Amino acid sequence: MNFSEGLQLLPITLTDGLVLGLLYAVIALGYTMVYGVLGLINFAHAEIFMVGGIVGIEVLTFGTAGTGMHPALQLLLAVTAAMLISGALAVVTERIAYRPLRLRNAPRLVPLITACGVSLFLQDFVRFIESLFGNFIRPFPDFEFFYRSVELSDSVIVPYKSIAIVLVGVAMLIGLTYLVNYTRLGRAVRAVAQDQKASALMGIDVNRMIALTFLVGGALGGVAGVLYGLQFGKLDPFSGFIPGIKAFTAAVLGGIGNIPGAMLGGIVLGVLEVLAGTYLPILTDNAVGTEYKDIFAFGILILILIFRPSGLLGRATVEKV
Amino acid sequence: MNHKRTRLALIAGIAAAGLFGLGSASAADKGTIKIVTHSPLSGPNSPSGESIKLGAQLALEDYGKLLTSQGFKVQLQPEDDQANPNVGVANANRLINDPDILAVVGHYNSGVFIPSSEVYAKANLVAVSPANTNPQVTDRESTRAIANRICGRDDVQGPVGADFAVKDLKAKKVYVINDKTAYGAGVADAFEAAVKKAGVKVMLASGVDDKETDFSSVLNRAAIDKPDIIYFGGYYQQGGLLLKQMRQKKVGAVFMGGDGLDSGDLQKIAGSENVTKAYFTTLGVPLSKLPAAKKFAEVYKTKFNKDPEAYSAYGYDSMRVVLQAIADSAKANGGNKPSREQVAAAVRKVKFDGLTGKISFNSRGDIEVAKYVVVGVGPTPDKNDVKSIIEKKAPNS
Repeated sequence: MNFSEGLQLLPITLTDGLVLGLLYAVIALGYTMVYGVLGLINFAHAEIFMVGGIVGIEVLTFGTAGTGMHPALQLLLAVTAAMLISGALAVVTERIAYRPLRLRNAPRLVPLITACGVSLFLQDFVRFIESLFGNFIRPFPDFEFFYRSVELSDSVIVPYKSIAIVLVGVAMLIGLTYLVNYTRLGRAVRAVAQDQKASALMGIDVNRMIALTFLVGGALGGVAGVLYGLQFGKLDPFSGFIPGIKAFTAAVLGGIGNIPGAMLGGIVLGVLEVLAGTYLPILTDNAVGTEYKDIFAFGILILILIFRPSGLLGRATVEKV
Repeated sequence: MNHKRTRLALIAGIAAAGLFGLGSASAADKGTIKIVTHSPLSGPNSPSGESIKLGAQLALEDYGKLLTSQGFKVQLQPEDDQANPNVGVANANRLINDPDILAVVGHYNSGVFIPSSEVYAKANLVAVSPANTNPQVTDRESTRAIANRICGRDDVQGPVGADFAVKDLKAKKVYVINDKTAYGAGVADAFEAAVKKAGVKVMLASGVDDKETDFSSVLNRAAIDKPDIIYFGGYYQQGGLLLKQMRQKKVGAVFMGGDGLDSGDLQKIAGSENVTKAYFTTLGVPLSKLPAAKKFAEVYKTKFNKDPEAYSAYGYDSMRVVLQAIADSAKANGGNKPSREQVAAAVRKVKFDGLTGKISFNSRGDIEVAKYVVVGVGPTPDKNDVKSIIEKKAPNS
């Protein structure tokens, strides 16, 4: 592979990186919002993401397959179902596993342990449910439609599914930004993030706002799950773990608790990962294989965090008067 | 004179049997013998692991009388290794402490067999593998006495695949990818070495994490490099996904791999319309090509309400090996329960015509003559097309 061929790869590599990064970004929002409000790292979010993806796949496989609906409409239905179930699941998790601890003022490490427990429970619960039907791997149904592509030039070919993922992903990001920054609910959530007691005194229902945070974060996780299935072709009950860890990393990279930071962090991490996977073997003449892409991406991440310990955009500064 | 004596002996024998029969009607007085099947019953490899267990279960129903007729109770103990070496070893440590367990049929993953058998070896517990193809399964000194297999080896399978790639597919340039597991890396390396020898250009040899779901890095490059073949050393859950993403990205190369791809779930994961120009080599001869297994396939289907997988018949034959060995060593032991050492030694002497072919072991525990199959993958498993079946001797016998 020579230089010009390497250059030829660049557009498609960047497209794939952007799509992957956007997926990380949408998942990362779930981590960052909960952290912003509660200071809790909700490790169960990876499983909320996985559940959403599997719900989406089941809806497509058993609900809409063969109905002759337009693929984009089917995808929209699957995304909606995933949002509902994942959002509800996140709220239930908060109600059962986190709220009782919070109301008793448990030390901050305790809900973290509970989060890990919920994560393991959900993995094995979904595995159990799927194995009742003799399934484990849930392949994403094939839509020829999404494999079609737009040829912008000889080397710039963008498949429909990348466009779909970018569209849905960006819509989610814009929607969330609007919700948090420009609505009464968003203002209430931000108030709770600043000071729970004071906002309670101002007449804000703190528990409701925290539940809302989980609902929105969980719904975003569900969307990401379906899109992840569309992009990579399958999910299984353990599929949440690695994207979850990477999205968490993306949230930290952007500055945990910071919503635009999570988006930026996700995109940076996704692009770095795909670039490393493609160019490491090319630059080293196959001596360093694709399998080292994560090491490379995470190496860069450590470097960035050494120089910007609070992440690319930093923790959203809270002005306390 | 002679006749009379035999007749007398016969009558005495029948009487004795009757007495014993009365005695053993309430309880089998010679104790219980447990045989373990150890394969992934949950997780991504569970369809294959389950089919090994069910095959073994059928063999126990057919040949359990070898032991029950000697007054033993026989029990199948299915264990789940989750295709995970840690789980396999933890289970193995528990199993060796149960004195009733005399043999193990398993595993499915070489990466699980190798560390687990180190534990079995400590207690001389014999293991007969239906499906483990990595050379290290039988090549290690530490497990020489107890590790056996009735399938072929990757250091033969890789070259068989390479031969097909070069002679039949006329490949000139290839990509070789593996999942970095003991099995995947082993078979991919053997394939790579063999195609290189034949003068084929290996354009990319790379590993991917065995949980990786994103193959875009490799495939974007393949779209430009246009290799003739992308060879994948690994299992079907990843191989199916790789094939799916290949076709989605319009990479036209032939997709090839080893017996890790041999599962009905390959098409399910890849999506049947994406299964074009795909081949794998396997050591599990499809049941349709095994005349002896016709009845087995029917019984399996009616009993478990699903089609047997390639390794079901191997699970069946492995169980038969084990039952035969225990029965032989019990006889040699004066009708008493044999020790694990005796069973392990007896396995090497077992010889019969099984569902999968002639079963007999060399001194290392490899099957003396193994079958290697090249399969063209069809849009559905029953449309798989067997290209050739080659018999090869184990390299060390």
